[in-house]
Amino acid sequence: MALTKADMAENLSRELGLNKREAKDMVESFFWGIIESLEKGQPVRLSGFGNFELRDKNERPGRNPRTGEEIPISARRVVTFRPGQKLKSRVAQHEGSQTASSEEGRGE
Amino acid sequence: MIKSELITNIANRQTHMTDKDVELSVNRLLEYMSNELAGGGRIEIRGFGSFSLHYRPPRNAHNPKTGKKLVTEAKYTPHFKPGKELRERINTSAQHVEIQAFTHEEDEDDDTGSGGYGF
Repeated sequence: MALTKADMAENLSRELGLNKREAKDMVESFFWGIIESLEKGQPVRLSGFGNFELRDKNERPGRNPRTGEEIPISARRVVTFRPGQKLKSRVAQHEGSQTASSEEGRGE
Repeated sequence: MIKSELITNIANRQTHMTDKDVELSVNRLLEYMSNELAGGGRIEIRGFGSFSLHYRPPRNAHNPKTGKKLVTEAKYTPHFKPGKELRERINTSAQHVEIQAFTHEEDEDDDTGSGGYGF
């Protein structure tokens, strides 16, 4: 089971004694604050965790993988996440588990 | 924006929690997320995106200092896939605002080394 906003709010409530409403608002504000900054064109750096960065991509040729038809991929702005050194080393040490494979997180 | 600015922004948007409590909360939230990934789990935040681990198989490499050949250990790296709402909002914002250079290099710069040799 993946960690969700509800789990995070529950943990905050239990560990910091926030009431359910406060904990839920706190979690919403956290993600809202990150999105708001990115929307203003400002990258977000969270020390110990990682950086959310922005990149403008030019239009490039693409094709429909099913039909082979050529369709240009329009210019767009994308968010990328660069994990911090601390998170990277903690995750790298993790020795395999059924929930962690290169297949996870694709195709959704 | 760095973490302290995020904390200030959140604190300014509400009245019932002290700045200290907001700071504590933000630090806890980042811990929960890091812990989940360090334990091999996933994070799924609707509208925002999901974090998962990608497997990196062992590969042949060499120590750039000595030139000695080595095989890196297999490892996992964190991966973020932006959610639909975040993708759309960011893409729309491109029409209104420029991407700003980061202005706090001196504060929290050391955190994302490129690393990559796996030792």
